[in-house]
Formats: sequence, structure tokens, C-alpha cells
Amino acid sequence: MPSLNVNNLSCQRGYNQLFSELSFEVNSGDVLRITGTNGSGKTSLLKILAGLNAAEEGKITLDNHPVKSDEYQSEVFYLGHLSALSAELSSIENLEFLTGLNQSIDQQRLIEALNKVGLEGYENEHCGKLSAGQKRRVILAGLFVSNVKIWLLDEPFTALDPQGVKIVEECISKHCAQGGLCLFTTHQDSALPDQKVLAL
Amino acid sequence: MNIYLQTLKRDLRVAIRNPSSVLNPLLFFIISVSLFPLAISPEASTLSQIAAGIIWVASMLAVLLSLNALFHHDFENGVLEQMVISHHSLPLLILSKITAHWILTGIPIILLSPLLGLFLFLDGESVKVLMLTLLLATPSLSLIGAIGASLIVGIKNSGMLLSLLILPLYIPILIFASSAVSQAQFGLDITGQLYFLAAILVASIMTTPFVSSIALKISLE
Repeated sequence: MPSLNVNNLSCQRGYNQLFSELSFEVNSGDVLRITGTNGSGKTSLLKILAGLNAAEEGKITLDNHPVKSDEYQSEVFYLGHLSALSAELSSIENLEFLTGLNQSIDQQRLIEALNKVGLEGYENEHCGKLSAGQKRRVILAGLFVSNVKIWLLDEPFTALDPQGVKIVEECISKHCAQGGLCLFTTHQDSALPDQKVLAL
Repeated sequence: MNIYLQTLKRDLRVAIRNPSSVLNPLLFFIISVSLFPLAISPEASTLSQIAAGIIWVASMLAVLLSLNALFHHDFENGVLEQMVISHHSLPLLILSKITAHWILTGIPIILLSPLLGLFLFLDGESVKVLMLTLLLATPSLSLIGAIGASLIVGIKNSGMLLSLLILPLYIPILIFASSAVSQAQFGLDITGQLYFLAAILVASIMTTPFVSSIALKISLE
């Protein structure tokens, strides 16, 4: 059963102390919603947890494996503000490459994932021609084929219509019901049941 | 190794679908070389003496021109973030991107060089040596250039900064490569220069992906 432990985490950007001595634990099946005003450090926290940025102080472990270790990084799915899609590549080509960075997945499963997020018929469409919401759906399709334990989602509902939000919420619920854990930031209300809240 | 090939395939696919990023440096290479006879002299004896230098300086600047795009698009669209947090070796992913860069920039320069060499009245034997030096040294240009490209990836309008960072590191390659061609024109031995170029290539392969991955992580912070 995976357990993410954060101990005494401090983060500073320039002269601005975003948060200090932050400690929490997220266990298998937990959904942690991170809230806070603009600039409170939500994105920075997720980036630190993803191993992209370094914290000034503190310790992060997943089942005693520290952040940036191979064991930790192989269990992380991170969705940032940026689309992570190349405009020149099709939805399926982008998804194939991005999921391939963590695991090898056959193309049929990727097509099914794109169908699940409502992109049926857009598999071979170049991402440069997709709308912001459709681009978001392409990267979120990666959730459906992901078999990693930790999902770190930065504003996952941005640019999505209510139907898209519902699809993502169902996907998060299913992942956590299967023993995964999910941390996400949002400014919107979320209908996810049994979510814990961390206010920064 | 699979992820190396996957990344290589992806980068080549992106470049083929956005051909201007590949063609611009090559056009610059051809145009700049072809302007020298107009500016200096169309005489065969003059041009053949400076041909190696002209082609080598032009190829170096063409590579430099293409380096800005090596990581920039992936940085802007967030793919680089995904590469950094991936559990795959970042130096291996970077090496793959550098390989794609060399295939798209270095190989066309090597293939164009005989034509431009003959255009500048280089004899057949010197053209062969020119191609050999380009084959040995253009991968080094891509590898060393990747360090600069990764350091400036987050900085806007950083072309000049890249030149300042990278050109001094290119100087030994320029000296050994153009001297090899010049010496070949006089029938002298060029083994020493080729060994030096090969040594630079081996050292670059062994070190630059690691240095570049550290620089990328710093740039992304």
C-alpha cells in the first residue's frame, strides 16, 4: 500500500517564502485537494513532489524511497500547466511518446483512452489544430493507461467542459479506489468524494 | 535503448513536419559559402587556399543557428518537464535529441560539402578529407552545442549568449579540421589532426549528455 510522506517542507522563490515546515501524509486511496490563492505555492509544491524543483528544506518519500530516486520517479504521473504536446504530432503520437517515458503501452489501448476522454476520431489530428480543451483531454487520456501510484495534477480541470470534468473526476475516483493516490490543485469546486484538503 | 529510439523517431518526425527549422540553417550554409567568391575573388588559386576555412566556418555557424531550437520547443510546451521527471536516464534522452539534431543538420552539411568544395576549386583528395573532418567533427559540434542550448533554454532572445558560450569551445575543432584539409592540399600527413578530432568526439560523447542534463535541470528550476 503506497504512502507518500512529506516532512518539514519549505519552499522559497526569490525573497518570497511560499510555505515552511509543511508536513502531511497521503496514503493509498487518498485524494488530496490542494487549495490556496494565486502565488501561494500550489504549483511549486506539486513540482517539488514531482522531482522537478528542489525544496529549501524537508524530506519527501514514497514508501521510504526519496524523491528523485528511480523507484519514486517511476511511480509519478505529473500533469503541469503546460500541454506537453508537440503541435506537429498527432494526438496518438504525442500520447504514445509521453506514456512511453514511463511505460510501454500498445497503440490500441491509447486509442481507447482517447475515446474515453471524448476524442474519438481525433487520434490522427495534429495537436496544433486542437482547441485548448481538446489538448487538455489528450494529456488527460494518459491517466487512463497510467499504472503509476501517484498522480500529481496541476489544475486538471482547466479548459475542460463539465462533461470533461466529470470524466476526469471519475478517473481519479477509480484510480484511488484501486489503491493509488492523487494530489491535485484547483480553484474550482470538486465533486470528488472523501477528498482531503490542504490549504496553503 | 528503446526510449532512445523512440525519442529519436519523435524528434525526426517533428522536424520533418516543420521543415523550415531544418532548412534555414542549411540555406544559410549554402548562401554564406557561395557569397565568398563574389566578395573575395573568383580565382581558383585564391579560393582553393581558403575553401576549407570558409566551409568550416559556415558549417559551424549553421550548426550554431540550429542549436537554439534543440530544446526550446520542448521547453515551451512542457515536454522537457516530462523528460526530466521520467525515470529514464535524462542523459540518454538528451543524447537521443542530439543524435536527431546531427542527423538533421550535420549529415546534410556533410552531403553538401563536396559540392561546395568543388565550387571553391578544392581538389578531389581534399574534398574527401573535408568530408572526413566533417564526419568526425559535426557530431562534436552538436554535442558541445547542446550544453549551451540547455543552459540558455529558459532565456528569451538568447542567440548571442549561445554564441558567446559555445564559439570558444568550437575553436579547437575549427583549427584541427581546417588545418587537416589545408595540409591534405599539400599532400602532408593529417593523421594527428584526425586523431585530435576523434578524441574530441569521444570526450564529447562521454561527457556532454551528463553536463547538459545538469544544465537542463538547473534551467527548469
